[in-house]
Amino acid sequence: MSSPMLSRPAPPSADPPAGAGVVLRDLARSFPGPTGPVHAVRGVDLTIERGQTVALLGPNGAGKSTTIEMLLGLTRPERGAVEVLGRTPGAAVEAGLVSAMLQTGGLLHEVRVRELVALTAALYPRPRDVDEVLALAGLEPIASRWTTKLSGGQVQRVRFALALVGDPELLVLDEPTVAMDVEGRHAFWETMRGFAAHGKTVVFATHYLEEADAFADRVVLMARGRVVGDGSPNEVKALVGRRTIRASLDHVDLDALRRLPGVEVADRRGQAVVLSCSDSDAAIRALLQAHPDAHGVEIAAAGLEQAFLELTADHDPPAAGADQEAVR
Amino acid sequence: MTTVAYARFELLRVLRNRRFVFFALGFPLVMYLLIAGSNQGEDDLSGSGLSAPLYFMVSMVAWGTMMAMLSTGGRIASERAIGWNRQLRITPLSARAYLLTKVATGYAMALLAMVVMYVAGAALGVHLQAGRWIAMSLMLLLGIVPFAALGILLGHLVSTDSLGPVMGGGVGLLAFVSGFWFPLDDGVLRDVGEQLPSYWLVQAGHIGLGGDGWPAHGWIVLGAWTIVLGLLAARAYRRDTGRV
Repeated sequence: MSSPMLSRPAPPSADPPAGAGVVLRDLARSFPGPTGPVHAVRGVDLTIERGQTVALLGPNGAGKSTTIEMLLGLTRPERGAVEVLGRTPGAAVEAGLVSAMLQTGGLLHEVRVRELVALTAALYPRPRDVDEVLALAGLEPIASRWTTKLSGGQVQRVRFALALVGDPELLVLDEPTVAMDVEGRHAFWETMRGFAAHGKTVVFATHYLEEADAFADRVVLMARGRVVGDGSPNEVKALVGRRTIRASLDHVDLDALRRLPGVEVADRRGQAVVLSCSDSDAAIRALLQAHPDAHGVEIAAAGLEQAFLELTADHDPPAAGADQEAVR
Repeated sequence: MTTVAYARFELLRVLRNRRFVFFALGFPLVMYLLIAGSNQGEDDLSGSGLSAPLYFMVSMVAWGTMMAMLSTGGRIASERAIGWNRQLRITPLSARAYLLTKVATGYAMALLAMVVMYVAGAALGVHLQAGRWIAMSLMLLLGIVPFAALGILLGHLVSTDSLGPVMGGGVGLLAFVSGFWFPLDDGVLRDVGEQLPSYWLVQAGHIGLGGDGWPAHGWIVLGAWTIVLGLLAARAYRRDTGRV
């Protein structure tokens, strides 16, 4: 498959640049499942520079959360190594260099919002001012409220404050805006931008392309436990903004299809061919002109899922891979 | 520093927990006032030569301190249920400081339970020499060390749902074979009881009744249980957190 806009994940360099924020080397982890082990992460190589804001973008089950848990030292890798700011995850966390907003997790009971933020501040060596963080996270009006009397969005904002108050070098966010409304999301990312502007490293997982596009310097695409693409938000948008044309066509040369205007990738899936297009209008005209016998034609916007499936096709040929000859 | 800050915070939370305050402090107090209060004039309980307020006070103190330590388990289990332990693990608070805080909080509550019962006892006319008060208190505080480990173990092993039955049944059984509410006669029950830390906790309380504290066997039982439960608690903690 040709994907000129996206660089393939680079092989791990022997010497990661000095001052790398996060280095993941051949990271793998599986979990026991009902029908054998589920390979959540299967060999992730990734180097994130200090000061970068990086989105891990991928559908559910892509391995984003497991990768993040290993990055934070919450889950032990089965294989591979993690380095965070030049040390092990545990050492980085203990030194107060890292904080995170996990995907799940409630707040302690029997405390008020301000107390919880103040306690967290007390656990870090160089915390930020508690009042400042409360204001930043929009918690001033509810600072004296009990943590059990908050809405879902408010809980997220408290968890955000808990992640900010330690003033870490690396901030890790696992789908941080899930419970927030549109307005809350906007405010959240505005605050994040301010935080990143101080030269901090931010890694966030999301399955919203718009979030990755709007707030990341770099988007790492994950699917089926692997990094399947890595590029700037514009590059990623161009990729996943594609349309696909699906048509039944016999005895056709995939190479010829790939040369049609507007076509980026041509694949055979059983009786059908699937064309991934940068310009589907041009492609469909050319296709029908060249192959008037094409039938059962469908044009669809390639959603994230589709884009990810395409990207992973060459990594993990499915069982029926024999009839899937892809042209690269 | 962080341990102090966290312990203070924990203590505040515990005291705000109405259920805890009721069951660990209020409930024994009310029981005591009902039972001992209605027998306040009884100076020779069942021919033992002991006054009812004194006898029930030492029983309640042993019970209250033990429950205070075990309640750590409930708090850990509920923190695990809401995922707060994971949140803490991505802060600089070390595992050692976390566990130390839990034990320290348990001890603070045990002390509080002790003071509450002592005041209630004194109000019903219990008199002891200063030396007895001190010896009994110190031995009680030593005697609950294995229960600190047991609390941490239960907290990492049992879910919040099953903690109630486990604690209710387990503690009831322990109390029965350890002579919390009535002295054990010679026999199988007592032979079993003497191998349990709770039995020796009761004996620590009995210093207030003129007892001698622990013989060598008592020290050995307490030491052995502390080591075994401590190792099990450490293992349960590691398994729960996925640490090596």
